[in-house]
Amino acid sequence: MDWFYVKGILILSGINLMAVLGLSLLTGFTGLFSFGHAGFMAIGAYAAAFIGVNLGLPLIVSLLAGGLVAGIISLFIGRLTLKLKGDYFCIATLGFGEAIRLVLDNVQVFGGARGWPGIPIRIDLWNVVLINLAGIAFMISLVNSRHGRNMIAIREEELAAKTIGIDTFKYKMISLFTSAVYAGIAGGLVGYYTGFLQPKMFGMTKSTELTIIVIFGGIGSVSGSVLGALLLTALPELLRAFALWRLVAYGVAVIFIMISRPEGLMGGKEITFKGILRAIGFGHKHSKAREV
Amino acid sequence: MFKRPKRCVVTLLCLVLCLTLGISAALAAEQAKTVKLGWIGSLTGDQAVWGQCELNTVKMLAEELNDAGGLLGAKIEVIGYDTRGDAMEAVNCVRRLTGQDKVVCIIGPNASGQAIPISSILEEMKVPDIATVATNPKVTVVDGKTKPFNFRVCFIDPYQGAVAAGFAFDVLGLRKAAVLYDVADDYSQGLTEFFVKTFTEKGGTVVAKEAFKFGDTDFRPQLSKIKAANPDLIFMPYFFKEVALSSNQARELGIKCTLMGGDGWPSEVLIEMAKEAIEGSYVVNHLDFDDPDVMDFKARYIKKYNRQVELNGFLAHDAFLMFVDAVKRANSFDPVAIKNALETTNVKGITGTIRIDKDTHNPEGKEAAIIKIVDGNYIFQQKYAP
Repeated sequence: MDWFYVKGILILSGINLMAVLGLSLLTGFTGLFSFGHAGFMAIGAYAAAFIGVNLGLPLIVSLLAGGLVAGIISLFIGRLTLKLKGDYFCIATLGFGEAIRLVLDNVQVFGGARGWPGIPIRIDLWNVVLINLAGIAFMISLVNSRHGRNMIAIREEELAAKTIGIDTFKYKMISLFTSAVYAGIAGGLVGYYTGFLQPKMFGMTKSTELTIIVIFGGIGSVSGSVLGALLLTALPELLRAFALWRLVAYGVAVIFIMISRPEGLMGGKEITFKGILRAIGFGHKHSKAREV
Repeated sequence: MFKRPKRCVVTLLCLVLCLTLGISAALAAEQAKTVKLGWIGSLTGDQAVWGQCELNTVKMLAEELNDAGGLLGAKIEVIGYDTRGDAMEAVNCVRRLTGQDKVVCIIGPNASGQAIPISSILEEMKVPDIATVATNPKVTVVDGKTKPFNFRVCFIDPYQGAVAAGFAFDVLGLRKAAVLYDVADDYSQGLTEFFVKTFTEKGGTVVAKEAFKFGDTDFRPQLSKIKAANPDLIFMPYFFKEVALSSNQARELGIKCTLMGGDGWPSEVLIEMAKEAIEGSYVVNHLDFDDPDVMDFKARYIKKYNRQVELNGFLAHDAFLMFVDAVKRANSFDPVAIKNALETTNVKGITGTIRIDKDTHNPEGKEAAIIKIVDGNYIFQQKYAP
């Protein structure tokens, strides 16, 4: 394997991971399915590119600004749609994602459907990794905080959560906002990695791909999302030997893993320091005791 | 206890994946004495028909060349990767081709959306690329700067739009045009923009400009508006599937004016689906299908693969020709030498004379072929340059 090629896959995994982390909070921890996250990515991508190219701000500022724009738009969407329950919310996000893409297709300022070439390339592996580490750290602390627990409570039983005094609407909004910011940053990374943006890149397939990664990694697990993003981004590349049948093989592999592990790779568990220590021999007794 | 075997299966699956990868890498290393030519494009997805034809063409030509003694004494090995029409995948493919497979040149992709994002990788690895049907001007020139390693073998959208508009205005003498286009498609938007520009500059009027989006099957609302505007001509710059549906619906609504399209039209499927509706329509194409050289290539292709050649095959043929010519003149397989030779290309291909302009990396002055559909056949009318 050539490092130059592997590096490309890793950068792409990192970009996907950013979006997946956000979606993991919304879907995995708050229990809201979204099929429109590519829409937030698109908003973030165009906003970050616009701010970086036209105002000449540094990379990290433009990425955060891109994320913030996506987040602010998510607040409007959330206000309108988060009162919807279950499937209805899902359909609303689906419509939102497609709407964003079509709006961008029509806005000629950003090149419309023909795309926006000539964005300076500023992404390399090291800054993607740094951004990812920061993203993971923030996500873990959020999930383990009081707010994170409130979100999990909403996922488990919304009515009960309401009864014990959790402002479910507020927490859903926070969850949606945070996940949109993550998706926006991921979108910004796309633009600064390829140097080219086109609304087509953020279609329905992208949204479903993200959702698949979250479910594949395991609902309600940050480390599952990390593993899922790495594996599922690399998988199509590993299957290149199948040529025409590559995507069929990809689909079969995903179906197979989902059948054999319906709870996803991590299934709501996390890879922790304690867990790793236990796995390599320390605290052996403890684990045996649990198995019994 | 129940979960263990399943976990085993998952591990096994991962192992198998790693193995296939290892084996393919080992195989690649074994054939180091040959020279590798890369190809990227859609082998899967909605553009698979064209991509598969391109790869088949390039493979066939490489085989023929190898049988005839190879190129500069070396055998050409074609490595083709699927992008499934995705920009990010295209970037991965090019990284793999340039980093791992060490190809000397890349042919493809067929879409501008994939040809643009790969340019930074090409520049980093210093490998030239010849795009087949990427017609967006920005594939080779962005903000007045030529991309050093991007080339193309086809004419560009402004040219094609100008040809269509010029032919309609000057030759057919039509003055009122309507445009129906796919707003979600970069190719369609580009062609529309330049058609409208040229047609109005010449003094014609665009009486209606209606949009649909990819995946639509009902065009009656837009067509009704177009009918109300009473144009002499409807320009339909999109792909044959939508052309078939929209032209049938236009005739149903009683629109009798001439229809005209670009290089998204030519396909046997279009004739099958809309033979009556498109009778007498004009198509701007890259080549004359009945040219003897084209016929010869077509016959070889059909003999080998037992299917029809799609339009992209002809351009892939000429891209391969450009590559061979550049290698011969450079007398070397060094990618940078090939790139320098490509800049002064002047060869006669089956789609016309390809004279690459050093400043734009486009084939300049390549004439378009105007084709009329008569009795379900694509009949060549004339070469036309605006």
